[in-house]
Amino acid sequence: MSDGVKRVRQLSPHSGWGNLLGRFLALIVVFTFFAIYVKSTGGDFCSARNLENILRQSCVYATAGIGMTMIIISAGIDLSAGSLIALSVVTVAHVMNLEVAGADGQTQSLAALHPTLTPLLAAGAGILISTLAGLINGSLVVGLRLVPFIVTLGTMGMIRGLGKGIANERDIYPPEESWLNTVMDPVFTNPARSWQLLPTGVWMLLAGVLVASFILRYTRLGRHIFAVGSNEETARLCGVPVGRTKLFVYMAGGFFAGVAGLMQFSYISGVGQPTTAVMYELFIIAAVIIGGASFSGGEGSILGTIIGALLITILYMGGQQVGWPKWVQEMVIGGIIIVAVAIDRLRHRKLT
Amino acid sequence: MPDSSATVPRLEMRRVCRSFGATKALRGVDLSVQPGEVMALIGENGAGKSTLMKILSGAIQPDDGKMFLDGADYVPGNPLHARQSGVAMIYQELALAPHLSVMENILLGIEPTRGPLLRWTEMKRRATEALAEVGLADLAPEIEVRRLSIAQQQLVEIARAVALDCRVLVLDEPTSSLTSKDIEKLFALIRRLKAKNISIIYISHFLEEVQAISDRFTVLRDGETVGHGVTKETRNEQIIAMMVGRQMDDLYPRSTRTAGEVILEVNDLAGFTKPQSASLQLRRGEVLGISGLVGAGRTELMRVIFGLNRVKSGEVRVANFSGRATPQRRWAQRVGLVSEDRKSEGLALGLSIADNLTMSRLTGLGPIGLVLPSRQRAACQPWIEKIPIKCQGPAQRISGLSGGNQQKVAIARLLHADVDVLLLDEPTRGIDVGSKAQIYQLIDELAARGKAVLMISSYLPELLGTCDRIAVMSRGRLSEARAVAEWDEHSLLAAAIGQEES
Repeated sequence: MSDGVKRVRQLSPHSGWGNLLGRFLALIVVFTFFAIYVKSTGGDFCSARNLENILRQSCVYATAGIGMTMIIISAGIDLSAGSLIALSVVTVAHVMNLEVAGADGQTQSLAALHPTLTPLLAAGAGILISTLAGLINGSLVVGLRLVPFIVTLGTMGMIRGLGKGIANERDIYPPEESWLNTVMDPVFTNPARSWQLLPTGVWMLLAGVLVASFILRYTRLGRHIFAVGSNEETARLCGVPVGRTKLFVYMAGGFFAGVAGLMQFSYISGVGQPTTAVMYELFIIAAVIIGGASFSGGEGSILGTIIGALLITILYMGGQQVGWPKWVQEMVIGGIIIVAVAIDRLRHRKLT
Repeated sequence: MPDSSATVPRLEMRRVCRSFGATKALRGVDLSVQPGEVMALIGENGAGKSTLMKILSGAIQPDDGKMFLDGADYVPGNPLHARQSGVAMIYQELALAPHLSVMENILLGIEPTRGPLLRWTEMKRRATEALAEVGLADLAPEIEVRRLSIAQQQLVEIARAVALDCRVLVLDEPTSSLTSKDIEKLFALIRRLKAKNISIIYISHFLEEVQAISDRFTVLRDGETVGHGVTKETRNEQIIAMMVGRQMDDLYPRSTRTAGEVILEVNDLAGFTKPQSASLQLRRGEVLGISGLVGAGRTELMRVIFGLNRVKSGEVRVANFSGRATPQRRWAQRVGLVSEDRKSEGLALGLSIADNLTMSRLTGLGPIGLVLPSRQRAACQPWIEKIPIKCQGPAQRISGLSGGNQQKVAIARLLHADVDVLLLDEPTRGIDVGSKAQIYQLIDELAARGKAVLMISSYLPELLGTCDRIAVMSRGRLSEARAVAEWDEHSLLAAAIGQEES
């Protein structure tokens, strides 16, 4: 009997590990492909610098992907993720750019006056505003019983507009630099920061992965997210607080998009650009789907999403380094999404 | 049709086998149907009926064995091929496009066209013809299928098979969601199709139906044909014995039950559509049955009690609690509900047994309120063994279980939550006799241990066999509950339809 149980757990597409292993192998294959390809063109894909760049590049997608994974597991979708990232970027820059009246009547930069407090305030404001925006997404989905696709299609425009409004439709250039600018700075090639081992943003991502995976796997809330996504009616009948669970996932989506905004702010060298992260939602959703989540809900994993984000980044950077034109890259990444989902469906069909 | 065909079976299966990985779903099935004959296919869930249907419909291919249709080799490569050969399937889950009109559904895939254009007048004519044959002559073929009742939808699907000139019609549990009136209509239709020399394979768990409609029967068990015969010459007990492989003396056990204090009280309750008025008192240690026609408001009553539908007026009191109901509060007050609709409401099919079974009570499965998957699985093990649920283990997906075992998981969820009041809506719908017997046994044990059970059923022998008292719902109004000894099938039916006529 226990033998049978073990076998099922290994084979089941829901056991997670088998699924992840397959994805991880795909990642290795794609990586090896580019490692050889780039080598043959005289470059070095496996250099520490390049590896770090892959991590740094995928960080924004992966971080926002954490929240998106929760949303998609609950059978929702968030098309406003890119706009949320931009809103966070702009808010951070806006707070860093605030001026206050000094003692002598001259205006003075808040960041210069309080060099430790202001960046913290800025980061907090960026994350808070996008979390609140996520809460609004969730409230509309729950309160008005609208389809998440439509709600977030609408808020995608609204949030982007809000960001542009805060920035006055211009890029914000904060006068002072702070640790916020260095979140995504490389550390492998910089002896002064090599004690960190990994860029700050990557550490933030890892922390997010741990917390989110833990919530999904070991808490009541996490099991409820899966239950709501797998069958909302059953969840309601079982006394699962369906509305609250959905509010949470959209808030989590906003929160992680806000954190991704901090990273993006640093990545675009500390400029509050309201037009940044356009179309990112599509890459983020793609990462989640490549990572094994199902659009109909009830399936998905954070680690899978991370693998998905890495895969997209490797394709993108590898393509760049072997000199594929942009249009080829775009077509390949699009194709990979379809192939990944198709393979997944085939596997499911075989196993069930 | 030439004379010799009378001896050649319409459809014949010889030693058909099929494995999935290491599991042998079919070990050798023999079956034959004569033209114009109704053959009942009986077997517990998991006996291999659905695999057999998939093979007949061409969805999967057999590993071994042969099939013949009117004497010629029948090797369907896919469902379309099977349909074109004249083998049509009506599944329990109807396969209609809800947004399309009746006629579009009937002629789906065989639409009459002129060049690239549809010939609407021809479509309407052929659809009307097919509808007339299934007794829906007055149904407008332009109406959208989703506006029809389940019974009408089923007839539309049969009309589709008729429009295709099918030679063999396979009906899978066709009465599972029909009222007794609709069942009569369906039987009349089956007899008409029979008269047109169409062969019918009728899959059902209801032996009464098998007796009423079939000429011969074939029993499957563990993927093998274990018996067949002429229905009229065989008693139900013999068929049941073939199905389960043992004699089943008493399907409905009844231990000594002592009714205790009132634990659920409903006073003049009305919901926003249904029920209009319902009052009942449910005591610990008793099983109270609710009979009535489908659509009378029985399910709605249960949903209002459980807080899934809103209360319009009246009161529900659970032990000492009254006040606004939500499913969360009901579970906290130790009331649990098993939905009549296992697939779309009762269970999350994509999740594991463990996830489904513990969904309503995730506490106590780890330290500081955490839910440890290992503890979740361990919590399921006793129920899997006790009820028992036939599965590969608590981590198995629900969708891989037979209907009966799925239902047992849905009921085990209530046991895991340790409820005092069980609201069971059609707890044995569409499941095999073996599972039914286990569920009756369980209900009896629970009542004997002082739990209170409120049970809806459309299957009268089951109500009479299981319940202590029965109330009848008719057009949204619940009659007073009377002791089971005061009822029989006839009076239950009369009470259910009585008010409908006045």
